[in-house]
Amino acid sequence: MTEPIPLPPSARSHLPVPFNTSPEPLELIAQGAESLLYKTTFLSPSQPAALKVRPVKKWRHPTLDKRLTRARILAEARVLVKLSGEGIAAGGGGRKVKDPKREGKGVGGMRVLVPGVLGLDWEGGWLVTEWIEGGTVKEAIYRVSRARTMGGSRVGVSGDDGVEELRGLLRKMGEVVGKLHACGVVHGDLTTSNMMLRPLTTIPDNSFESDGHDETSPQPSAPAPTLVQSQSTNSPNESLEGDLVLIDFGLATQSVSDEDRAVDLYVLERAFGSTHPREEELFACVLDAYAHGEGSGMNGKAGKTVIRKLEDVRMRGRKKSRTEHAVWFTGKGSIMPLRLLRGVDPVVLTRDALLPKGKGMSTTANVKAGDTFRVVSYCTRAAYPDYREYRWPAVLRREDLTS
Amino acid sequence: METIVLPHLPDHHLQVCLFVKVHNAQFLRQQLLDGNVDFEYAFLDAAVLFSRQHVLAACFRAINDMLQDRLKSNNVHSEIVFSLSPNNNISESFRRFGVSETTTEILAIKVGNDQMQVEEHLRRHVEGQVVPFTNETLTGIRNEARIQKAYRVEISSDQADAFIIGSMALKGS
Repeated sequence: MTEPIPLPPSARSHLPVPFNTSPEPLELIAQGAESLLYKTTFLSPSQPAALKVRPVKKWRHPTLDKRLTRARILAEARVLVKLSGEGIAAGGGGRKVKDPKREGKGVGGMRVLVPGVLGLDWEGGWLVTEWIEGGTVKEAIYRVSRARTMGGSRVGVSGDDGVEELRGLLRKMGEVVGKLHACGVVHGDLTTSNMMLRPLTTIPDNSFESDGHDETSPQPSAPAPTLVQSQSTNSPNESLEGDLVLIDFGLATQSVSDEDRAVDLYVLERAFGSTHPREEELFACVLDAYAHGEGSGMNGKAGKTVIRKLEDVRMRGRKKSRTEHAVWFTGKGSIMPLRLLRGVDPVVLTRDALLPKGKGMSTTANVKAGDTFRVVSYCTRAAYPDYREYRWPAVLRREDLTS
Repeated sequence: METIVLPHLPDHHLQVCLFVKVHNAQFLRQQLLDGNVDFEYAFLDAAVLFSRQHVLAACFRAINDMLQDRLKSNNVHSEIVFSLSPNNNISESFRRFGVSETTTEILAIKVGNDQMQVEEHLRRHVEGQVVPFTNETLTGIRNEARIQKAYRVEISSDQADAFIIGSMALKGS
């Protein structure tokens, strides 16, 4: 990244007090629809911080604008503090610990890593949080993706080209989102650019077992003995190791509804597929870790319900990209004539598919025009492992799907 | 004695001094209660302070609220004490974070003014030993139980710092 030019004090009039007269370095990082993000210092000249400003919208009615800005800043701050207090605050923010052994290792448990709130002025329309070092997960995946394309010369344990590393990262993602949802929070804007990979190069915090480490001795990155040996000689930039920290909770809500959680996952799924098309097929790792990962908060019945809901949500979005989806059966829903679907939507049949004569179909060969059966659900191409080998639309079996 | 300048508040220096083995806490407390104009300080019980950042966050909030005309207490110094509390009860915040008769470690903060004058005045009137205002010193003085009780946390304040500072920021919302 090129050296950023800090905002000169003269160009700060649009900022709220006290930042408009401050001599501190202020560097504009991002400009969104709702807010401006700056990098600056806070509480101490050596403490980097992220300043999020929601400027006044002059075209809104002033009372409404004030109320909206206030509500949004507060909502974001509350969510961040709630997540910072998970497993710490008396009552853990109201949630009982379901599985004590998960919480066993110090505070680690269900904690979701987020930037801590350092300062806040909801009337003034600004929020300051800790600055998270490292790059976005999006950048990290791009790096690995590029390396893979260029003939991946990484010597892995299995001689792979970095795929295992990616899977590990995606599993981490799934577990983190699982923890987030288990905390009763829905992010609202899950994308790989809203996730940071913070290198584990300095003082270990609660990512490790908290047994009173000596704070002053810098520890090296968490040992990963079985992974890619040559990675350890690369600069930290190359590795996918680190804490996965979620950022930008400007659209977050406190919700425990399956629908909201499913939509959260769907947003991530679509964002991931469009940002990282070459890795789309690996996304199943995320969902798998979400619903089954040991470190996920949603690896029980709750997670299963959300995944089922996700299938419903996908179905709603189906009409946007017909040809990409496979369809399979539950036995419920309305019957659609095959001839309508064939050539448009791939269909998956199950052994106990409800055909007019109660026949079960198992291969494409057995399906012919005029057959009717019921639509169950949809999956994306990515959920099907060997999708490239099929000519779409294809008729698939449910057992062949990975998710 | 240390002068701290908070980023973004260049006109409001903090004169900070940390004392241990203080004998005359009762006297100092009395000056505050009497409203003695010579004693316009924030006197904090250092045993409930777990880091510099903890204190500075309270100071920033208090000064910002003063600049925005949003003080809930009498002056910026009492506001610093109040800002440490996660709830809106001013007297409770003084009981928890201000000095009591039995306090032996005191962090004195004055907003603005010049260091020399403040230092001289404090050294004259606070009967205690000056130590550097660092995280190491604070850790040695810290009373975990009181901090945990005040902020309703269940683990060590080192790991709860983000939650505590966040709670302070959200206070009154």
